[in-house]
Amino acid sequence: MSTAPIALTVNGVRRTFDGDPTMPLLWYLRDELALTGTKYGCGISQCGACTVHVNGAPVRACQRRLQSLSDASVTTIEGLHPAGAHPLQVAWREIDVPQCGFCQSGQIMQAATLLAKITTPTDAEIDSAMNGHICRCGTYPRIRAAIKAAAEATR
Amino acid sequence: MSATQRLPWMTTPTEPVDVPTTSAGALDTHRRDFMKLLGMGGLLVAASTLGVRRLEASDAPFAPNAEPWEPHAYVRLGDDGIITIMCHRSEMGQGIRTTMPMIIADEMEADWATCRVEQALGDDKKYGTQNTDGSTSIRDFLPAYREAGATVRALLEDAAAKEWGVAVGEVRASNGAVVRTASGRSKSYASLVGTARTIPMPTKERVRIKTPSERRWEGKRMPSVDLVPMTTGTAKYGADMTLPGMKVAVISRPPVWGGTVLTVDDSLALKVAGVERVVRIPETPLPGAFFPLGGVAVIAKNTWAAIRGRDALRITWKGGPNATYDSTAYKATLLSSVRAPGKAGRAVGDVPKAMARAVKRVTAEYYMPHLSHAQMEPVVALAHVANGKVEVWAPTQSPQDARNAIAQYLKMDAANVAVHVTLLGGAFGRKSKPDFMCEAAFLSREVGAPVRVQWTREDDLRNSYLHSVAAHRLEAGLDANGTVTSWLHRSAYPAIGATFAPNVTGAEPDELTNGASDIPFDIPNMSVEICPAVAHTRIGWYRSVNAIHHGFAIGSFVDELAYAAKKDPADFLLGLLGPARVVDLSKAGLVAPASNYGATWADHPLDIARARNVVELAIEQSGWRGATLPRGKGRGIAMHRSFLSYVAMVVEVEVQPDGTVLVPKTTVAVDAGFIANPDRARAQMEGALIMAMSNLLTSEVTFAGGKVVQSNFRDYGVTRMRAAPHVVDVHLVASEGLPGGIGEPGVPPAGGAIANAIFAATGVRVRQLPVGKQLAGWQTRAAEGMRGGE
Repeated sequence: MSTAPIALTVNGVRRTFDGDPTMPLLWYLRDELALTGTKYGCGISQCGACTVHVNGAPVRACQRRLQSLSDASVTTIEGLHPAGAHPLQVAWREIDVPQCGFCQSGQIMQAATLLAKITTPTDAEIDSAMNGHICRCGTYPRIRAAIKAAAEATR
Repeated sequence: MSATQRLPWMTTPTEPVDVPTTSAGALDTHRRDFMKLLGMGGLLVAASTLGVRRLEASDAPFAPNAEPWEPHAYVRLGDDGIITIMCHRSEMGQGIRTTMPMIIADEMEADWATCRVEQALGDDKKYGTQNTDGSTSIRDFLPAYREAGATVRALLEDAAAKEWGVAVGEVRASNGAVVRTASGRSKSYASLVGTARTIPMPTKERVRIKTPSERRWEGKRMPSVDLVPMTTGTAKYGADMTLPGMKVAVISRPPVWGGTVLTVDDSLALKVAGVERVVRIPETPLPGAFFPLGGVAVIAKNTWAAIRGRDALRITWKGGPNATYDSTAYKATLLSSVRAPGKAGRAVGDVPKAMARAVKRVTAEYYMPHLSHAQMEPVVALAHVANGKVEVWAPTQSPQDARNAIAQYLKMDAANVAVHVTLLGGAFGRKSKPDFMCEAAFLSREVGAPVRVQWTREDDLRNSYLHSVAAHRLEAGLDANGTVTSWLHRSAYPAIGATFAPNVTGAEPDELTNGASDIPFDIPNMSVEICPAVAHTRIGWYRSVNAIHHGFAIGSFVDELAYAAKKDPADFLLGLLGPARVVDLSKAGLVAPASNYGATWADHPLDIARARNVVELAIEQSGWRGATLPRGKGRGIAMHRSFLSYVAMVVEVEVQPDGTVLVPKTTVAVDAGFIANPDRARAQMEGALIMAMSNLLTSEVTFAGGKVVQSNFRDYGVTRMRAAPHVVDVHLVASEGLPGGIGEPGVPPAGGAIANAIFAATGVRVRQLPVGKQLAGWQTRAAEGMRGGE
């Protein structure tokens, strides 16, 4: 397994990787594919900055090794919406959520899977889904508001 | 870089621009030279607080030999109609890349759609200070930004008047064009650039700053310019910079401050696929200032290989003089320090005599541990050294300091060092120190290729410039009416200066002027003292700096006194502030010079009316006087003046049975003078509250055997979504007054207000931070704590 190239799809593009199969998806995306919207914040699945979708589910890219991603479909923030106009992205801009912006890719990717499951989440559901994401600038209240605004807009 | 230049909280001098003698002869600030800019395809207008002028060709920012005279340049008019505004300050979440351009564009009467922002290179002579620290960007530069915009507006009006052959009074700029009043015809700014080049700059008398009613954007909401890149993953931070042939370095640094490498076995590291080299970085002798700690760097093809290679290093370290640093023991040392007199920062009346006469005396001691900025982007820098020149891309708060530090470290001329500022993925003071950029430059030179140094989160926590640990002891005497007649405040905390100079035995009294010796209270007998505290780790600026623990200790103690006096805490606070007045600290016992954040006391006096106003506003808006809250819920109030702004907060907490603290609602009242970008000011207050929650409730860096105990967010707790406030109600006092800071002043009052709300909710007075698990079982312990002060 470790020697055969790994084939996967990233943002709809077929890719093969024949490097270190233990490399986390995070560094593959950033260093090999130059998809730098996915951020490194902690490396141990504690901050959520590297959240991407693997087969539609939210995954911490720092913990997911390439060897487990054969035939997987990966979506990063760059691939969330072709025009960058996912309802969450729109709401994020309307509410001016980001301060430094560094954690926001992960926050948006996580929130997208929340809204895909629960169309009108409660505060408690939002808090539960988003608690794994750290924002040191303290944009949490605006993130909550933006998720609700996006939910409202898509109803 | 001397330590004293940087103390106590990295403010800039009152005159932010140090303009050297010009090549145009004597410095005549009203003289307007006209020169065509060669090869620019446009016109560049430069501004300094000393005036605005077009640049000579040799002064163009892209000319290689732009010395010796360069003002800081803000505006470029393209013949294509694009207006480029050079942002000379670093964007770290405060919104300066929006606020600065909107001020200039507003004064210019530009069409916002045609404006672009470009990030300026680090250059002392061109831009004035770029050190984005001390909440200074607007408070130091607002007049210069306005003047730059107004000058360009006047210039373009002059150009249009000339083209029409009419007097300048017959034209007026409006939204990217100049309109001829009589006919209503207009000429676009783009069409006027050609003529503008050929006429003299407007005289100073001709340059008119807009009146408030003429402003289109200043003081109103403006969506941030980086929203699209930040929400689509295309915004570029330091960690996102790459160059062809770039290597990635991950470094093992001495775990103890001042430690050194004894032996290195890199055989396993070199076997890791992708690892290319292992390079020793020499240790900088203590105190080390802005320079690298030294250690062993693993150079690899990619980040993952570098991390794995670093993990495979086998290093033995010599601990050095700080190898016995232990937080528990040091806490006792600091508390012992504040139990003896220190150096006075303020002395009024006769404190011992007044204490002796007091009907009631209250004493309390407070402790706050080291904190780590824990900005979401661990420090990172890309450097390329080639052909005797260094080029660095990094998330730096201070590209000029970085440039100078790199030049000094590599023994090069700063003219050969270029520092590009990327977006900063959080900073909070950590990225004002360029040690990581020096590392990248050193390694690039060693390796002969571009090198990006990536710090891991563990590195960032363990080898930081931490916020200072601090102890405070406060004692007050009250008379029979519960009025405070005497105030004795002693504090001890290792000084930031210890990072820059040897043999520093503690902070100096002037550091007390971040809300301790300059407290606005009306007390006839006061002594505010600073006690010894030796540093055993790198201490650095952290958002709000010593005002964090000043705010927590003083804000808490005032509340304790209110309970001791059996008065409502808000009423008591207003009583302590006393009548509306301007306090002249020079006549009110100030011993050490108070820097007043680099501003003059004439411009920014200690104004009790403003302090009272924000307190009253917070009381009114929060419903403080309304129904009392049930047990387990409580409100706390505090006010702090820092960075020239007055902020009062009423925090409402809900303490759960297990001791978890939630903050459902907070009311913030802010008087920061004129606020250019109110939405970003609100965002800063929201963020300040949430950062203060981390500071108070969960965060702590401890040391054992000289090493940081914590490693990552698993054991360095910060506020997360579940605990995050639901309502942060920010009230900005409308003002045309001189601007104060916005980024930092929200943190200090939040500390006291949160602690006071916890007491109101639970009866438990937390004096040792973080709150952590101290509230577990509060329901059964409440009676014990209800005594308030001891």
